[in-house]
Amino acid sequence: MTTAAATAVTRPASGRRPKAAKGRVTVNVVMVAMILYFLLPFWWLLVASTKGNDALFSTAALWFHSPGSFFDNLKQLFTYNDGEYLRWLGNTAVYAGVSGIGATAVATLAGYAFAKYRFRGRNLLFSSLLGAIMVPATALAIPTYLLLSKVALTNTMWAVILPSLLNPFGVYLMRVYVQESLPDELLEAARVDGAGELRTLRSVALPTLKPALVTVLLFSMVGTWNNFFLPLVMLNNDKLFPLTVGLQSWYQGALIQSGANALFTLVIAGSLVAILPLIVAFLLLQRYWRGGLTVGSLK
Amino acid sequence: MSLLRQGSPAAGAAPRGQSVSDPDVPAASRHARPQTRWRLSARTRHRGMGLLLVTPFTLLFLAFLVAPLGYAFWLSLRTSTLVGGDHFSWFANYKQTFTDPHFLSGVRRVIVFGVVQIPLMIALALLGALIIDAATSRLAKVFRMTLFMPYAVPAVIGALMWGFLYSPTFGPVNSISQALGLGSADLLGHGLMLTSLGNIVTWQWTGYNMIVLYAALQGLPREIYEAARIDGASQLQTALRIKVPMISSALVLTLMFAIIGTLQFFTEPRVLEPTASSVITPDYTPNLYAYNLAFQYSEFNYSAAISFSLGAVVFIGSYLFLFLTRRRSGLK
Repeated sequence: MTTAAATAVTRPASGRRPKAAKGRVTVNVVMVAMILYFLLPFWWLLVASTKGNDALFSTAALWFHSPGSFFDNLKQLFTYNDGEYLRWLGNTAVYAGVSGIGATAVATLAGYAFAKYRFRGRNLLFSSLLGAIMVPATALAIPTYLLLSKVALTNTMWAVILPSLLNPFGVYLMRVYVQESLPDELLEAARVDGAGELRTLRSVALPTLKPALVTVLLFSMVGTWNNFFLPLVMLNNDKLFPLTVGLQSWYQGALIQSGANALFTLVIAGSLVAILPLIVAFLLLQRYWRGGLTVGSLK
Repeated sequence: MSLLRQGSPAAGAAPRGQSVSDPDVPAASRHARPQTRWRLSARTRHRGMGLLLVTPFTLLFLAFLVAPLGYAFWLSLRTSTLVGGDHFSWFANYKQTFTDPHFLSGVRRVIVFGVVQIPLMIALALLGALIIDAATSRLAKVFRMTLFMPYAVPAVIGALMWGFLYSPTFGPVNSISQALGLGSADLLGHGLMLTSLGNIVTWQWTGYNMIVLYAALQGLPREIYEAARIDGASQLQTALRIKVPMISSALVLTLMFAIIGTLQFFTEPRVLEPTASSVITPDYTPNLYAYNLAFQYSEFNYSAAISFSLGAVVFIGSYLFLFLTRRRSGLK
């Protein structure tokens, strides 16, 4: 793949027709090769989820064997150990939903304030925010655990939700977006017409900010949905696990019992079910998050 | 003018009267010239409002960034032993951190990893971004979505899937390499583990970086390409001499986030740990080491020192990187 990519770049294109056509072919070959590589794990997951535990280890890994097993696997997935997978799915939805909406609300208010108001400590707070973007999340997780264990908040849902509400990059994105898409004149017009500050925010600012709202919401939800380190550190009780920690514990269990256990098929089916909602969300909301990324990358 | 009209329906229904007669308006705008009077007064008058709106963020910032860091720092200055009890030991833990072969070998490992993996990934992402910026075919659309899809997959599941694919007994990667006559490779062994992990990270993050770079490319003014074409530049020349330099600030950004991510490498080695426990030792990456110190050996003070050092290294490193590339990339 890399060699194909290299040829595409080094070939001198002189702009003549035949060479241009040749260049197009090379580009297409590169694209197809990369598509195949990036699809490989998805394809494998789809195929593997249709296999029983025996077939999983004995048949060709990249082709279907007994597609009917798919439904057995799903049934097993949702009933194994009193349906703990469903509980994890529910937990994940709660974590992602609550912290996604919360983080977006906090980021919107703060971003709007940074962009449109002067207040005491504004510059200091904003520069610390820029610094905070560079503080690695995982370097914070253990200290946060130590702190929350002092106030007996570890091993609760709050331990996952509260730290996820802090999203400095979301605030930054919101500030940039407000500055670019919400002219002062528009807000002043609302004020002249007698709208209060909150009303201006709700009826004039928020509708304009919709693309940015969706972007921040989507990215903070995905961040929490996919988070592993924070819940791993915070939670002991497997009833509170999100999918990531739960699936990892199944996988570890399956390896310890080295394949004799049907857990492998559960891990596979569970992974498939866990990634579907996100892929669908990204496909459906393309228009929004791509706009949001533009803001993030240009500033 | 159209902006004003646009704003008025929403505002028209609002309660009136509180704006102009507000007592502190005249005082605040006393020094302002007449035509800017409204703007200044609104800004100053709503000082409290800005503070109010930013309060939830400030509280979270204090509770989940400043406080944990402060507490971790305090903890890291103490030592707790069964014999000596809990006492203040100043920088003893830090002295230990920066002479600890476990910590240092982990740091070395992630640096080696990053030096190879990051440039490869960014190059691949840049190639992809240039392709989808120039091509508008249906294939290019499929390409764009396919490459981005892994970003939506939790890192745990990405590592799980590749862990299966790497499996020496039934994994297809091994079968393919055997079928090609390359012999079987122990992808989870000592020699190839770092490469295998690099492949997982590249698979997971190339598409995201590509989209960020692509977004930057889309923001460039199209007239420049036209000018370049008239000057006889080929598509390739346009890409390398015009497009790439013009998105250097986006490149710096993606590089920086890749460096931050690499230094805190954790999830993938943690997931593959049970399949290859002799290779992925508890000190494999600095973050894995900090985690194991805290949760396997209950060495909270020392773990706090390592977390804090790691955070500081990443923080200073990324600031330094931004500072050094600032002039070259024109990043404001």
